[in-house]
Amino acid sequence: MQSFFVIAILVLGFVVMFQIAKASEYVGILRGEEKSRKQSNRVNAFLLLVFLILGLIGVYYCNEQLKDKILGPSASDHGILVDRMLYITLALTGVVFFATQIALFWFSFKYQESDKRKAFYYPHNNKLELIWTVIPAITLTILVGFGIFYWFKITGDAPKNAMVVEVTGKQFGWEFRYPGNDGVLGKKYYKNIDAAKNNPVGQIWDDEANKDDIFVEQEMHVVVNKPVKLVIGAKDVIHDVGLAHFRMKMDAVPGTPTTMWFTPLYTTKQMQDKYGKDFAYEISCDQMCGKGHWSMRGVIVVDTQEEFDAWIAGKKPQYYVAFPDKDPSAPKADSLAKPAPVVASLTTDK
Amino acid sequence: MHTTSAVSAAHGEHHDEHHGHHKETFITKYIFSQDHKTIAKQFLITGIVWAFIGGLFSVLFRLQLGYPDTKFPILETLFGHWAAGGQITPEFYYALVTMHGTVLVFFVLTAGLSGTFANLLIPLQIGARDMASPFLNMLSYWFFFGASIVMLSSLFIQTGPAAGGWTIYPPLSALGEASIGSKAGMDMWLIGMALFIVSSLLGGLNYISTILNMRTKGMSMTRLPLPIWAMFFTAVLGVLSFPVLLSGAILLLFDRNLGTSFFLSDIVVNGQVLPNEGGSAILFQHLFWFLGHPEVYIILLPAMGMVSEILSVNSRKPIFGYMAMLGSMFAICILAFLVWAHHMFVTGLNPFLGSVFVLLTLLIAVPSAIKVFNWLTTLWRGNIRFTPAALFSIGFVSLFISGGLTGIFLGNSTIDIHLHDTMFVVAHFHIVMGVASFFGMFAGVYHWYPKMFGRYLNNTLGYIHFWVTMIGAYLIFWPMHYEGLAGMPRRYLDKRGWVSFSQFGDLDKMITVVTVIVFAVQLLFIFNFFYSIFKGRKVTTQNPWGANTLEWTTPIRPGHGNWAGEIPEVHRWPYDYAKDGRDFIPQTEPVGANESAH
Repeated sequence: MQSFFVIAILVLGFVVMFQIAKASEYVGILRGEEKSRKQSNRVNAFLLLVFLILGLIGVYYCNEQLKDKILGPSASDHGILVDRMLYITLALTGVVFFATQIALFWFSFKYQESDKRKAFYYPHNNKLELIWTVIPAITLTILVGFGIFYWFKITGDAPKNAMVVEVTGKQFGWEFRYPGNDGVLGKKYYKNIDAAKNNPVGQIWDDEANKDDIFVEQEMHVVVNKPVKLVIGAKDVIHDVGLAHFRMKMDAVPGTPTTMWFTPLYTTKQMQDKYGKDFAYEISCDQMCGKGHWSMRGVIVVDTQEEFDAWIAGKKPQYYVAFPDKDPSAPKADSLAKPAPVVASLTTDK
Repeated sequence: MHTTSAVSAAHGEHHDEHHGHHKETFITKYIFSQDHKTIAKQFLITGIVWAFIGGLFSVLFRLQLGYPDTKFPILETLFGHWAAGGQITPEFYYALVTMHGTVLVFFVLTAGLSGTFANLLIPLQIGARDMASPFLNMLSYWFFFGASIVMLSSLFIQTGPAAGGWTIYPPLSALGEASIGSKAGMDMWLIGMALFIVSSLLGGLNYISTILNMRTKGMSMTRLPLPIWAMFFTAVLGVLSFPVLLSGAILLLFDRNLGTSFFLSDIVVNGQVLPNEGGSAILFQHLFWFLGHPEVYIILLPAMGMVSEILSVNSRKPIFGYMAMLGSMFAICILAFLVWAHHMFVTGLNPFLGSVFVLLTLLIAVPSAIKVFNWLTTLWRGNIRFTPAALFSIGFVSLFISGGLTGIFLGNSTIDIHLHDTMFVVAHFHIVMGVASFFGMFAGVYHWYPKMFGRYLNNTLGYIHFWVTMIGAYLIFWPMHYEGLAGMPRRYLDKRGWVSFSQFGDLDKMITVVTVIVFAVQLLFIFNFFYSIFKGRKVTTQNPWGANTLEWTTPIRPGHGNWAGEIPEVHRWPYDYAKDGRDFIPQTEPVGANESAH
């Protein structure tokens, strides 16, 4: 019923507008086409000026309404560079925006058709054209210069002491692997991936480096003020690790690992104190990946070193999840009777 | 030059002879027509149908975005299980955004825009009886029609149309297991696009050869009106870049149906391990964007050309810096091929390569800035008539400035890390490519409608159309930048589950309401368009806008062959407005002895 009314109102509005339009055409013919044309010219010229003024007010109003809704200052060191580049660009383009828009609408209003004025024959002026080639070129050189300088800082090699975490995207969630005590992520092969055998990322169990790798889902922990390097991949389709608060983003491509690194500056607790207890560093999937794309949410928890150590200590290496009988900490009935050395059995199972 | 005009004159004679012998039937005149003007109308009307469909899609998904918690029972009535419970399902949502993008980028703003105005204007403005190959021209439309049929049919199959985004990145688009939209709908998308590309190549080759070979006597390249130059560069871009997309589409068809691994490697989908190894998903993105970025200029350049012409005519002043306009279009045309990877800054691209693409991308801002300043100077000290066409042209310049400047943010890889694939991108390309080109297209329709149909569009409806669309476009897309600044990703149909992106609920509602209003006003335009064909005010003078170009020297409703007698000879450039105290001097008028040089 409601939609019926909406449609009825729309149709009615159409008919009214059409009748007005039709009538104005007849009135125009009656009054003389030239005269009515000049009148509508004045009206439109005035409206262009009104549009300029209201538009400028609108730009200001929009900013007032929304500026507090965009995220606060960046929570990573690289993000600070991104924000700085953004503000440099905003300042330069802002000047151009206001200057050209004001000129456009002001000229339109000022030079509206008038019997008193003749248009000015002005086909070209090489000096002017040179000026507005060179000035944009210089401005853009500045922007390119800053941009590339920051870009190389952000994409440069991660520091040696960076913590490494492997991130894997899948429809529709995130998986993380920590390298464990040896600091090395074990080798993996996609054909080994088998959730039923507790091998979600396809680790090659032959590889010694895999023995202590820790696997977690959906929630990743990192340490404040300690560089973290993400090694990113995907299982099925392309995903993207989007970290809005850190201003970082990198695609997760099946078959082609990518990396990015940054240093978180504030712990989750600090941010919760600032923005409320609901705050979370969210991982959003920024590359269209199927029907669950919009809900592919992960969380990064930024801890202090102590908190992180406590958290990781509570995690069992995935190797022991896959092979509970190899887990030395798990109490087993026959573990005393048959102390099978872990290393010896490695070559047999794959 | 001499030989060229001899050839076209001979062609004309032959044609008139031909015309006398055979009476045209309804079918040869309106359906399988080889007259460039009829083909232009066919492209335009098909484009309008597609624009309606594509626009309707955006209204549907905006309903979901603005009112994610409201049920609209009518949707279930119309779309069945795709909108179960009156709410758009995720599968339906992604099908809608994918087809919205595909339809508007390719079927409306490429075929509908270039197809219409290149066909209409090239022969009329260069002084030719028709295209170099009228038959290929007709084929171009019918391939487009075939593409339209395939694409339209894909909407009605059980698994729905393609739903992987208009950029159809594999592996998502390659694997039916990964998404319902990657089943049969995706094959139809690829076949539809292959037909579309054939159409656009046939058209493009025709435009280039017509412009190069069939200009009338005296019409040197530097006397061509700017829309023709724009169409020329557009055609060159299309001819050189569309084949690359075609190759990508065919390789993707192979991957989908023949078990090849061009784009597939190391994939486990739905727990099923695929055998494909060694392919590269990123390779497809290179192939796609090697067309995809020039495509942006394929859409923009015709609008720029027509806006230049319309601003000059309506400010009664020469276009400022004709040669600079040419130079900047040439620069844009070259640079368009060298910037594609700026869509791929966060794909793991080599950072050094990224920095090269930053430089080349931001370079495009220089010719773009030249064009804007030239348009502003064209208006300066003019005597401006605000026809609906002129208003849309001014609107184009405004939108081009706004959207062009946000491109400087995105083209800079450092900022792109944060803004990539957020709503900021959506706002940016809708303003600069979508709405701006639409404004160019509207300007063209209002300006050349009298030439197409011998009648005027209703002016009052035109003004309502312009003002509502102009205000609406800014209300929709300006605040959207802020969503992007907050990092809100594109293509999220419901943000309520997110801490970081759920703060824009009211804004999304507002945008949806404005979208519905703007869409309704486009219906008004469509009504105006079809109503005026039959009932519009009749054109009574040969040259209603007081323009210099050749199309206004033809009869009010030119027949097949355009000029009744000889094709006129051209003696000057097309922008002698306000020269030596005269309002305008048509291109056909010989240069007077005392006339000042420009």
